[in-house]
Amino acid sequence: MIRVALAGNPNSGKTTLFNSLTGSSAHVGNWPGVTVDKREGSYKKLEERIDIVDLPGIYSLSPYTPEEVVSRNYILDEKPDVVINVVDATNIERNLYLTTQLLEIDVPVVVALNMADLVRKSGDMIDINELSKKLGVPVIQVSALKNENLKELMTLAYNQRNEKRKGTTIVENKQLLHLINDVKIAFSAQNVANPLFHAIKLVENDEIEVKMHSELVNEVEEFKKNFQDDIFGDDFEALIADARYNYISKNYTSAYHAHESKQNHTKLSRSDKIDKVLTHRIFALPIFALIMFLMFHLTFTEDLFFMNRWFGLSIDNEIAINFFTGMKYSGEALGGIPSPGVFLQNWMGFATGSLMDWFRSFMPAGTWYTSFVVDGLLTGLDAIASFIPQIMMLFLFMAILEDSGYMARIAFILDRAFRKFGLSGRAFIPMLSGFGCSVPAIMAARTIEDNKERNKVIRLITCFSCGAKLPLWTALGAFAKFNGISPDIFVFSIYLGGITSAIIYALFMKLFSKDQYVSPFIMELPAYHLPQFRNVMAHLWEKLKHYLIKAATIIAAATILIWFLSTFNWDLSRGMVDINDSILADLGRGLSYIFYPLGWAQGPEGYKFTVCTLTGLVAKELVGENMELLGITATLNAAQLYSFAVFNLFTIPCFAAVGAAFGEQSVKEFWKTLAWWFFMSYGASLLIFGVGSLYLIALWAGILVTVALVLLVIGAGFIVSKKHKRAQLQVV
Amino acid sequence: MKTLDEAVVGEVCIVKKVEGDGKYRRRLFDMGLTPGATIYVRKVAPLGDPVEITIRGYELTLRKQEGKLVHVEIKEEARS
Repeated sequence: MIRVALAGNPNSGKTTLFNSLTGSSAHVGNWPGVTVDKREGSYKKLEERIDIVDLPGIYSLSPYTPEEVVSRNYILDEKPDVVINVVDATNIERNLYLTTQLLEIDVPVVVALNMADLVRKSGDMIDINELSKKLGVPVIQVSALKNENLKELMTLAYNQRNEKRKGTTIVENKQLLHLINDVKIAFSAQNVANPLFHAIKLVENDEIEVKMHSELVNEVEEFKKNFQDDIFGDDFEALIADARYNYISKNYTSAYHAHESKQNHTKLSRSDKIDKVLTHRIFALPIFALIMFLMFHLTFTEDLFFMNRWFGLSIDNEIAINFFTGMKYSGEALGGIPSPGVFLQNWMGFATGSLMDWFRSFMPAGTWYTSFVVDGLLTGLDAIASFIPQIMMLFLFMAILEDSGYMARIAFILDRAFRKFGLSGRAFIPMLSGFGCSVPAIMAARTIEDNKERNKVIRLITCFSCGAKLPLWTALGAFAKFNGISPDIFVFSIYLGGITSAIIYALFMKLFSKDQYVSPFIMELPAYHLPQFRNVMAHLWEKLKHYLIKAATIIAAATILIWFLSTFNWDLSRGMVDINDSILADLGRGLSYIFYPLGWAQGPEGYKFTVCTLTGLVAKELVGENMELLGITATLNAAQLYSFAVFNLFTIPCFAAVGAAFGEQSVKEFWKTLAWWFFMSYGASLLIFGVGSLYLIALWAGILVTVALVLLVIGAGFIVSKKHKRAQLQVV
Repeated sequence: MKTLDEAVVGEVCIVKKVEGDGKYRRRLFDMGLTPGATIYVRKVAPLGDPVEITIRGYELTLRKQEGKLVHVEIKEEARS
């Protein structure tokens, strides 16, 4: 068995290649930095099994972001037998920059020119033999998407496995070479692996290298003193980067034969034409807003395109209503057509409902095992299954946005606005993913290079209502209706409120951070392409799988535990008891004191809300699910309702997401994050209940407090902007 | 000579020098902004920042703040 690592630029098609080779369905996106951790699979079509490791995309071996460190360390420390360098053939110049660095390592390298089909289609030609001769390693054209030449690639890699390749450099400057050689000898004397690579990095003043080999730094400085370049002086960083690119343009021009008509870079490709509209000076923002609206509209609305509200469309045909609602015809006309998300949800409800009825029809009523199956397992299944359609819809849209290349443009469009809140356009993707699931969202924050900004974004993720909180909003919809608030307006207000709060919190964090420094924003904008059906489906399947596994294990176990705690008393001999006498009730009553000031934990049934909230730590689905399971009969007033909703929205997410945050942050920052989540949600909830109650008691009091708060916020904003200006002046 | 943030959409420039320090300067180099590289200023985002440029055959976006670090020389004026 041998081990092969895939290394290459972000967006070069590594993950697609990995999927094609291993048959796995890792998630691929047209967004730099989709693979944030390494992924392993195996290729079995040769006589020996080949283990393949897909590394996060990197532009250089001098890491800039945490995910780039993963790649560098893997190649240097884990010593794969062969490295396949995936190169985007349509963007060969910048891609080869990494290649020149990989070649410095003592490892066999095979260059896979991916997307070769696109190059051919554009009429260009790459001279493989020429390139291979210049680089000194095998080069092969492949198309990961179309399964072109993959077996040949693997055979080539396999045959390289016993090569004792020594690192080579493209540096040609004699004086510089001399310097590098001296450092290399020093490293060799210390038995350091990959001496050439380390020598060059040390000469380049690479951050990690300087820390690792501080004992050699003085020696290198000594060497450097004797060196002077006409153009660069003693700027070795610029000198070597320049040498690499120079080398590439020299050899690339002789190997790459561009089609004549394409020489002019101002000529518009199809991608450019699309981009002209989507990032248009005036239309970009409205288009973005429209796309976001459509995404949520098609997932959640019960009145598609507002056909009922605007055109008075209503359906009274029994068959049609049964079709749209999943056999829920009640004799009343249906206002509007449901969105695909709601439509699928209705039928999912029909399926699980039928299953429950079927079990009830033959199991003896009143026994503990019927209760276990119907009230425990099946009710749990119903709650879990009912919102799979909507989660899948949301993920589908996000997969399309990501795969098409639009996500990167969103960052481009919004960066300016985000900067006002001390974030960059890159923060948008983790935040948007937060609407799906907090776990990948927190992990996606890894593509943010600045530590401070990353910590900030991770803390803000809970403001973006994740898919698992959806059943809670659905369940609370009934309470909203009771207060005269339409359920879809309620859900919309939660989403919007979450986003608004994220902005306020970001400003808040900015206000209290010592420096006003904003991390730079340097990002590649990949070419647009039609979303690949296979990629989008792979993405969806991965999410669904992740969700189903979670449902089958942790949620199922928690459901059974909750069923047990809510069905029995401490005194088990009493058999099944009313939920108000159950163990769960006692536990909830005890802990309710903590949440008393927030309003919703008050009253005889208040403990049930506490119980629901607590189970949310296991999985957020359980909050909504238990609202149904516990059979809450009490009502909440508007203040209590929003206080409860907001607390559950902002507070500590499920254990899985907490684990993700633990993995992404230093221990100290992680504890700060936990504290932030709890106190921020508690504070917001307290505020909402307080102000909301004032409104309910006396309108004037509520308005007075609100005006005071608004003034406070404006005042704070004023201070921020002043502080900001001062900071800017200092920079200038 | 001027800096990249002062360049106008449609201009073609040559990188002369990259200022700044540490990681970010390094990143600019890694992304291909080395002295001698040709830049085509493609567009400015709807809110006035960041800018999009074509460099070494691909599209890169960076803020004007970072553009300040890149000294360029105009090679071709913008065609109006």
